[in-house]
Amino acid sequence: MSVPVSMSALKAGEKGIIAAIRGGPGMVRRLNALGIYEGKTVTKVSAQWMHGPVIIRVGATDVAIGYGMAGKIIVLPEAKALP
Amino acid sequence: MKILLMGNPNVGKSAIFNRLTGTEVIISNYPGTTVEFSRGSIKRGDTRIEIIDVPGTYTLEPTCRAEEIAVRILENEPDSIIVNVLAAINLERSLFLTMQLVEKKRPMLVVLNMWDEAAHAGIHIDCEILQTMLGCPCVPTCAISGQGIKHMVEKLGEARIPVLSSAPERRWDDIGRIIVRVQTVRHRHHNVRERITDATVYPFPGLVVAGIILLASFAAIRWIGEGLINAVFEPLFEQCWKPVAIHLSAAMGGRGIVHDLIIGKLIDGQIDYGQSFGLLTTGLFVPFGAVLPYVFAFYTVLSILEDIGYLPRLAVISDVLMHRLGLHGLAVMPMLLGFGCNVPGILSTRILETRKERFIAATLTAIAVPCMSLQAMVAGLAGRHGVRGLLLVFCTLGVVWVVLGVILRRLVKGESPEIFVEIPPYRFPDLRSLFKKIAIRIKWFLKEAVPFVLLGVFIADLLYMLGVIELAGRILSPVTTRIMGLPAEAAGAIVVGFLRKDVAVGMLAPLNLTLKQLVIASVVLSMFFPCIATFVTMVRELGIKDMAKSAAIMILSSIVAAGILNLVLPAAF
Repeated sequence: MSVPVSMSALKAGEKGIIAAIRGGPGMVRRLNALGIYEGKTVTKVSAQWMHGPVIIRVGATDVAIGYGMAGKIIVLPEAKALP
Repeated sequence: MKILLMGNPNVGKSAIFNRLTGTEVIISNYPGTTVEFSRGSIKRGDTRIEIIDVPGTYTLEPTCRAEEIAVRILENEPDSIIVNVLAAINLERSLFLTMQLVEKKRPMLVVLNMWDEAAHAGIHIDCEILQTMLGCPCVPTCAISGQGIKHMVEKLGEARIPVLSSAPERRWDDIGRIIVRVQTVRHRHHNVRERITDATVYPFPGLVVAGIILLASFAAIRWIGEGLINAVFEPLFEQCWKPVAIHLSAAMGGRGIVHDLIIGKLIDGQIDYGQSFGLLTTGLFVPFGAVLPYVFAFYTVLSILEDIGYLPRLAVISDVLMHRLGLHGLAVMPMLLGFGCNVPGILSTRILETRKERFIAATLTAIAVPCMSLQAMVAGLAGRHGVRGLLLVFCTLGVVWVVLGVILRRLVKGESPEIFVEIPPYRFPDLRSLFKKIAIRIKWFLKEAVPFVLLGVFIADLLYMLGVIELAGRILSPVTTRIMGLPAEAAGAIVVGFLRKDVAVGMLAPLNLTLKQLVIASVVLSMFFPCIATFVTMVRELGIKDMAKSAAIMILSSIVAAGILNLVLPAAF
């Protein structure tokens, strides 16, 4: 069983299923419009040094979000890494 | 008939718009706001079809200003047909907006753009089934090659009110059901383009790549700009315009107040664009002969980088630094634009969401981002003794940019939101859109900057003749001599620099300043006040009150920077 972690804690290249989005309604709506919502599988593409932006991939879309926002997206990590 | 082109950002909506419309496109700001949208028209038979390119939006429940405008345009044009542009390579996400648009119960046409790219990626979409499920016609297109556009225009008459309906909480489930039925994806491997896409968003090698791209860009800008000057602009001014101006000068008697205002001083009976300073000589030469070629070169390179899709990645790479300045990564855009001409740079601070961000970005651009014209002047002044002085000036401006940003972040009240931007895949730029974009940016420079530059020339010359400049110079000379370490004669030049930096450079040139003084004078001229065109733009964008604050910051920071340089730099270095 995997332990839920935030998108900022997930390692680059790892996948997870979104368990919760702990942001305000504005943030939830904004993410939802891009297809990022609870139950969706997301991949962390990359992270920048010194708490820089995190790039996440949902379907065919890559989105860069701030480190703080990434910390509010909680995922259940998938066991295997990106092929 | 009126058509609204609506779709997500980066789906090729503007490419379709540019395919449809000719050169007569009107770019306007939505009343009361600063988000731009374009309007054009086509003729089909006897009917004129008006087309509005609505700002790209992911949703009709707006999350930012561009999206608010999109929704407002939709509501204010109730009799229009909606042409919903989807990205065939990203059908699922594109359909989210479609699900909201169908609820508006308006005649609609769905366009599946990037059809070829989708096919290439192994994605097949069954248009027939999609058409039946939505209840309105679907047309595949490829805006870049123009395929399907004609078909799309023919189908406009068949636009129907969709039969599909969906509830907000069920949207993604309904989309899932559509996807299962219409889309088939063959398995495929990672291709080279995707690998490049990935590589440039990692700290390494992303930072290295960013450095190389920026250096290569500046080399290309210099090469194009210098080539244009040597091949076109210099011959034009020397061989075509100069004889005309000489005739004009002779016709006006070669002297007198009006002559000096319009033609300027003759140097050994000749016009010298660097020293005459008349409205029709130096006044025309600086914006058109010296700056325009570089502005053109700059915006060509920048627009290519933008249309390839590199800029969002640069925004990600520079976000950490920008955060320290109270901005986020997307603020690199106005800063970069500002290197061409500060006016478009400041206009584009509109892309930032909060007042705090816009104030910081505009102020930093005006103070520490030298435009092409300023760079040329600094090169003429501090670059006289080799690159050492030049480097020192630009490094000083870089340090000021960072330090001032860090201070402003703490002082300016308000929010600095986090970055939130889609990273589109790299793609080959659509040449039509590219040319149009470059043309629009040059037009900005010519329309918004040049007239004010000429006005500045006029006012400065008038004040000089009235003796106002000399008086102000005398009053200010304690600051310029004691704090900045410049000779007393330089005070007048610095004052002139409020309105005309080219004249200031011309007045400083014969003073035999030391390299240290040249560096300090260059830093002061770059920082203490923007050119009049930038000033007017800032007043319009920030309002008079914030502009007054910004101006106070400019003057104060330039005095501090010059004072520190004066203390730190050895007399001869």
